[in-house]
Amino acid sequence: MLKVDDLTVAYDNVPVFTDLSVHFAKGKITGIIGPNGAGKSTLIKGALGLVRHTGKATLDGAAVTHVRKKIAYVEQRAALDLTFPISVFEVVLTGTYGKLGLFKSPGHKEKELANDALKQVNLSEFKNRQIGELSGGQLQRVFVARAIVQQADVVILDEPFVGIDVKSENEIMNVLRGWRDSGKSIIVVHHDLNKVAAYFDDLLIMNHGIIAHGPVETVYTKENVSHAFSADLSAVLFNQNTEAK
Amino acid sequence: MTSIVEFAHALGHYNFLQSALMAAIMVGITSGIIGSFIILRGMSLMGDALSHSVLPGVVVAYMLGINIMIGATVFGVVVAVLIGFVAAHSKLKNDTSIGVVFSAFFALGYILISMAQSSTNLHHILFGNVLAVSDSDLIDTFIVLAVVIIFVLAFFKELQITSFDNTFAKSYGLNTSVVHYGLMIVLTLVTVSALQTVGIILVVAMLITPAATAFLWTNRLGHMLFISSSFGAVASFIGLYLSYTMNWASGPAIVMVAAIIFLISFVIAPKQGFLAKLGVKNDKKA
Repeated sequence: MLKVDDLTVAYDNVPVFTDLSVHFAKGKITGIIGPNGAGKSTLIKGALGLVRHTGKATLDGAAVTHVRKKIAYVEQRAALDLTFPISVFEVVLTGTYGKLGLFKSPGHKEKELANDALKQVNLSEFKNRQIGELSGGQLQRVFVARAIVQQADVVILDEPFVGIDVKSENEIMNVLRGWRDSGKSIIVVHHDLNKVAAYFDDLLIMNHGIIAHGPVETVYTKENVSHAFSADLSAVLFNQNTEAK
Repeated sequence: MTSIVEFAHALGHYNFLQSALMAAIMVGITSGIIGSFIILRGMSLMGDALSHSVLPGVVVAYMLGINIMIGATVFGVVVAVLIGFVAAHSKLKNDTSIGVVFSAFFALGYILISMAQSSTNLHHILFGNVLAVSDSDLIDTFIVLAVVIIFVLAFFKELQITSFDNTFAKSYGLNTSVVHYGLMIVLTLVTVSALQTVGIILVVAMLITPAATAFLWTNRLGHMLFISSSFGAVASFIGLYLSYTMNWASGPAIVMVAAIIFLISFVIAPKQGFLAKLGVKNDKKA
């Protein structure tokens, strides 16, 4: 279980959240929702030790900094240079680097893992393309394929569905559900409130701290959402049928 | 103008010319390889900064009578750390921090040269004089070439992933600061080895131009390193020939050849060249 205790993160001495504690269960897909700037991505980065923080994060009792290889992190795509001279296959192969360690190059076994992962996200035919030659949805599937080869216990995805096509979104959700069913913890920072009930088992609603956390059926209520977003969204969100999980 | 045949004849007879050619080609290869990582990491300005900032290190080493590689490396690392420190502990952006730090160090180097009252020819440090390469310079350059090749072969995947996706590298536990400062140390060594051939002012051109040219020709990092170092070596060879026959300073001659190779590639490179883009536009119109 991924557990965060008393986590505080501040940018320029302005706290994003203070003493935040939360845990993410195994075998569940947990969505993290909240308005822009609520601290969703910062929670992930703080838990992974990617930003300055106080407090601690542990995975099954061990400090996250000591078991990083058990956690796969799919960052928001915006930060990457898509003109970089690297192919789709090579990007997926970088998922094996953590376990390989220093001075070892990916061998036959690692390449096979990368090929299998590309097959799972239906991108085998694009394996030799330069990374910038893909659509947004294909690109996101590449990074999910990279997470597959990491063979991690916990997979964290930051806004994986932004700007991608429905086909890619469905394929990524299928991979996430497969991971969930095999007992992994899946954490998804998400912005589209319409999909919450269909996609997630558990939900963490944030706005500079935790508004609510628990099973979607219990937590995804008009009151909690309105509280987090400081607006009454019930007419848009709660009067429609939602897809089955 | 001396013909190629006469140049080849001179090469066979004059040791200084052989040394110059070997040094220039080795520098072309090393700066082509390291330059590829510098441009891919968006650190061209950092390359420029380090090359200028090692000047006080060169002078201090000269004053103390130690190997200039040691003095330059110490100053190179201090500058890289200082730039990172100023950027991290102020509201200034990285390029501003680079501008402040490197100009201060370059000025310090210039003042130290005048204080040292050395016989060092400032013009040669600034613009290079490859025809005066000594045997020990040649050995130093060879050692730097070996260090660069070993460094890149040993840490290829770390250099690749930190250049492409630094956050991902951090997320799986790679110490990206060590990779960064390792690259800065190697970059400093390359800079110092290039002082003799192209000089401090133009080192950045040898780091950036062949790598930028290679970037236009390929979508694979391994190929880019090979093409970049090849262009660096070719530019060094032709530049040295022009320097010898036209009596030009070696640095500007080599850099001009590198720039011409870039210009040709900019027009004809099949994937990203000007003609290729023009073709794509015409296809869209049709």
